[in-house]
Amino acid sequence: MKIKAFRRENGRYGIRNHLLVMPTSVCAADTAARIAAQVPGAVSIPNQHGCCQISSDLLLTQKTIVGFGRNANVGAVLVVGLGCDGIQAEAAAAEVAETGKPVEHVVIQETGGTLKTISRGVELAASMARKLSTQVREECDISELIMGLECGGSDPTSGLASNPTIGYASTKLVDNGGSSILSETTEVIGAEHLLAARFADPLQREKFLRLVKAVEDRAISMGEDLRSGQPTPGNKAGGLSTIEEKSLGCMYKAGTSPFTGALDYAEEVPDAHGLYFMDTPGQDIDSITGMVAGGAQLVIFSTGRGTPTGCPIAPVIKITGNPETFEKMPDNIDINAGRIISEGATVAEIGEELFEMMIEVCNGSMPKAESLGHKEFGIYKLTGTF
Amino acid sequence: MNPILHVNEKDNMVTCLRPVAKGESVEVEGRTITAAADIPVFHKMAIAEIKAGGLCYKYGEVIGDATEDIHVGDHVHVHNIESTRGRGDKQH
Repeated sequence: MKIKAFRRENGRYGIRNHLLVMPTSVCAADTAARIAAQVPGAVSIPNQHGCCQISSDLLLTQKTIVGFGRNANVGAVLVVGLGCDGIQAEAAAAEVAETGKPVEHVVIQETGGTLKTISRGVELAASMARKLSTQVREECDISELIMGLECGGSDPTSGLASNPTIGYASTKLVDNGGSSILSETTEVIGAEHLLAARFADPLQREKFLRLVKAVEDRAISMGEDLRSGQPTPGNKAGGLSTIEEKSLGCMYKAGTSPFTGALDYAEEVPDAHGLYFMDTPGQDIDSITGMVAGGAQLVIFSTGRGTPTGCPIAPVIKITGNPETFEKMPDNIDINAGRIISEGATVAEIGEELFEMMIEVCNGSMPKAESLGHKEFGIYKLTGTF
Repeated sequence: MNPILHVNEKDNMVTCLRPVAKGESVEVEGRTITAAADIPVFHKMAIAEIKAGGLCYKYGEVIGDATEDIHVGDHVHVHNIESTRGRGDKQH
C-alpha cells in the first residue's frame, strides 16, 4: 500500500513539509512566533518551558522540542534561543541536525535583541522556505507512517464506537508494516492487565507496567486522588463513572495487534515497526505533543464530547462515536462513527472509511483541525518550575 | 432501535443509547427492566442487584465498587459507584 510523502535526508518520509521555527524556551517563544509569522509556510511552537526547570523536566522539554525538529513532517528548522536559557540553541540545533535536515540557529542575546533577531531569523527562515518549496512528494510505502492514537473529551460512545473504529484502522496499519502509538498512562489504569498480556517481550512488558504504576504512585505520593481529575467533569456528565471505565474504553484504540515496545514520553519510535505504548498524561495536548515528538506524523483523535485540538506539525483526524456531537460540531469532526450507534453501521465499515481518509491526509488533504489552523502544543511536566 | 447496549454477558449494568424515563420499561435479553430513575443518554442502568461494596462490571471487567446497595433499574453513576484505583485518600 502506497502513499506520497516528502523524503528526508535520513531516509524517513514526512507527510507534511513544515519549516519549524523552534524556541528553546519561553523567553524566545514570542520572537520565534514573530519570525514564523513573516515567512509563509513557517510554523512556530509556543514553548512555555526551557528555563529554571530541574533536570528531569528540563531534559523532557529538550527531548520534546528536539523531537519536533527531528519529526519527518519537518523539512528544515530554525532554532531560536535567548542565550542564558536552560536549553542552549546550538546544542538543540546539533541534535536536530543529526537527521541531516537543514538547521540554523539564532541567539537573541548574541544577535542584538528582538528586532535584529527577527530580522536575521526571517532572512534565514525565508531562505530555507524557498528551498523547501521546490521539494515534491514521492511515492513510498505506508509502512513509513507512524500514527498517534488519542482520545479526548470522552463519553461512553468513545469506548463503544469511535475507539474500536480507530483500533480497526490501527491494526490495519500495523498489518501493513506501519506503526501506531497508544498513549495516556492515566487512562490505562484499570486496563493494564489486558494490555500487558499483549507484550511479546517480557522486558518491554515490565517497563510498561512500571510506567503505569509510577503514575498511580506519583498521585498517591502527593496525597492526591486520581479521581479528582479523572474522569473529567465532562466525562462524568457524558456518563463515564470511574477511571477504570474510562481506561477500558480508551484501550480499544490500540486494536488487536501485539505490542512491540513501551516508550518514555517523547522517546523516538524505534525502526522496528509495530504497536507501541508511550507514557504520556491523559491531557490531550501534552499527550499528542509527546507522540509527535516521538515521530508520529499523523494523529487520529476520538472524541465523544467534541474538541477542536490540532497540532503545529502533524495533521489530526477527528472521529466521534456520538451522533449528536457530529451534528453539533460539524466544523471540527471528520468522521461520524456515531452511525454505529444510530444506524447499526459496523466498526469495519467506518474503520475502512477512516483508513481511506488517513491515506488521503497522508497524500496532502487537510483534516478539519488542520484546515482551521489549530496548533495546540504542550509539554508534559513532572514537577514545578524553580 | 434497541435503546440498551449490554456489552458483555458478565456486565451487571447496561448503557442506555437514548434517555430512559423513570418508570419506563425496556427489554434486556428477554427480561423486562423498569427504570427506577431518569437515566440520561449514554449513562448506565443496573440489570442485577449489587450489594454495597460489590463489584460493578462493564466490558466484562471491574469498573469500580458499589458505594451503596444498587437495585435492578437504578441509574449507576458517580453517586453510587467509585473507583478502586489511584486512591490517594485510602493511603492515609
